[in-house]
Amino acid sequence: MIEQNRKGEVWVFAEQEDESLNEVSLELCGKARELADRLSVRAAAVLAGWNVRELSYRLIAHGADKVYYVHDTHLEHYRTLPYARVMCRLIAKHKPQIVLYGATPLGRDLAPRIASEMRAGLTADCTDLQIGDYTEPKTNAVHKNLMLQIRPAFGGNIIATIINYDRWPQMATVREGVMRLRDGDPKRSGEIIEEKVEFNDFDLVVRLIERHREKRKINLKAARTIVAGGAGVGNKEDFQLIHDLAGAVGGAVGASRAAVDGGFVGAEHQVGQTGTTVRPALYIACGISGAVQHRAGMEESAKIIAINWDREAPIFSVAHFGIVGDLRKVIPMMIKAIKERA
Amino acid sequence: MSYHCIVCVKQVPDTSRITGDVMKPDGTLNRAVLPAVFNHDDLNALEAALSVRDSHGGTVTVVTMGPMGAAEVLRESLYRGVDRAVIVNDRRAAGSDTLATGYILSQAIRKIGRYDFVFCGRQAIDGDTAQVGPQLAEKLGLVQITYFEKILELSDRTVRLRRNVGNGWEVLETRLPLLLTVLDTANEPRPAAARRVMQYKRARTVGEAACEISAAMPDATEQKRDAEQAVRIEKLKMNDLLIEQWDLDDIEADLQWCGISGSPTKVHRVQSIVLTKEGYTELPPTEEGIRGLIHELIVDHTLG
Repeated sequence: MIEQNRKGEVWVFAEQEDESLNEVSLELCGKARELADRLSVRAAAVLAGWNVRELSYRLIAHGADKVYYVHDTHLEHYRTLPYARVMCRLIAKHKPQIVLYGATPLGRDLAPRIASEMRAGLTADCTDLQIGDYTEPKTNAVHKNLMLQIRPAFGGNIIATIINYDRWPQMATVREGVMRLRDGDPKRSGEIIEEKVEFNDFDLVVRLIERHREKRKINLKAARTIVAGGAGVGNKEDFQLIHDLAGAVGGAVGASRAAVDGGFVGAEHQVGQTGTTVRPALYIACGISGAVQHRAGMEESAKIIAINWDREAPIFSVAHFGIVGDLRKVIPMMIKAIKERA
Repeated sequence: MSYHCIVCVKQVPDTSRITGDVMKPDGTLNRAVLPAVFNHDDLNALEAALSVRDSHGGTVTVVTMGPMGAAEVLRESLYRGVDRAVIVNDRRAAGSDTLATGYILSQAIRKIGRYDFVFCGRQAIDGDTAQVGPQLAEKLGLVQITYFEKILELSDRTVRLRRNVGNGWEVLETRLPLLLTVLDTANEPRPAAARRVMQYKRARTVGEAACEISAAMPDATEQKRDAEQAVRIEKLKMNDLLIEQWDLDDIEADLQWCGISGSPTKVHRVQSIVLTKEGYTELPPTEEGIRGLIHELIVDHTLG
């Protein structure tokens, strides 16, 4: 752990693969900018890789005042240990007060390793980050301007606010899409600081033999309309109805966790706290009861239509239009109505 | 060459079967209404370890940390074929966050001794953090491979394996020992073997045995109960049915890194979810109602 450092910067781990930044890192730069302004400190990104200096400018455009850039052939492709070494060294050296990571497979592999080595706290999958004060109930000691790490917990029945007032840095992971991606400002200026980190034999003990990446097949975040199905769809065969309606409205197919766990559709379709957060013009929720984790991922959609047989389903609390009925009957009627208008 | 495998497992509340009764009127959780289950991904971790032993020989030891009732997942593991089962049970471990949990498990694994592989499930359904595996690996000074899918080659001290990161996969090669977090798509966990259920359903920890004796002899003196307990434990031992139970002293844990004091993250506030019913327009599930809705969406350019 590092000592509390009230002048410490707000950091973002900048995730890049194949010389391209993960969008979540840009979203987090915007959030870091906001937190840093509240704290009157600087926002910075850590960019590790090989020949990726150019990416610094995008990080700066999205809110970073500084980019710590570590350029090394050992960092060309992500491996846990060398990347953890970079982060731990730089955290120990510069003592940031906050470090944010995307809750991607890479971020979820890296961040806990760093937290353990630094003996610092880490909160996974936050849906909101704020700055606020905390009073210890026993001692009445007041800790000012902490990062409040907010996340649903326990099957979504509670929202927990987590803090970390003694073992800094305060660290959190955030899913892609949870923080809004602001437009970058190419005129923003920032500093690029080159850092050198030495690796030992253990850091390099894992060899990458072969690596394969697929282009993202569906892009829920970019979809203007999303038709999503949940447990209420019942089975994989009936999930075809969701595909059919999505086809009719020219939208993408989304799903609740229950539908993904039930094997109705692949995990890349999952909307919600542990999936993708979306803000389409229209979201049609079919047979989704609407646990808070799911609602957290879609409630900012401009228009929400909920179809559910259960009038008490929480999804109706965020809906603009509700249809209480059997989706097996309602969806074909919708498709028919759309085709009549076309 | 044979391999020693350790599997970390967790008993979790079945969050997929939450009902309205889970929140008490005062807004706190009513854990009693939630069934406790074997964390699903941990069954995949267990299967991965058992299959290493099946093909190369060696041992599988399963370890859990939790309240006394969590010994149930150890019995479930014994039914599936593990050689040894250990529970770390200590009130002082309560309130541990993922960092403190990783530390306590690392101390338990050090006490277990020799190992080549440590397997964990990818994540637990009650927190979904996926943090304990990497933190445990760091505490043990081990390489971690998360999102593990399968072993491609294992010879002597070198392993080549594949991990799946959602939008792709990687083949990695490294040396033993190492820690793996196992995906639920990695394998099909074997069911409990009937013969082993018959054999191990009476396996107990010291704590469980003491509880059962207290319940059976409510009016007996403490002395009498202790004597009865000693007999019971001797019998369990003889029949190889005593599940090892360790506390934080047994694993030489430094208390400053355990429980609440060992946990950097603290819960500041917990709010139960109150749904604000804002008005929505309800449409009848009829052709006419739906036609009207589609019309409205097209007119305001939401559709088309």
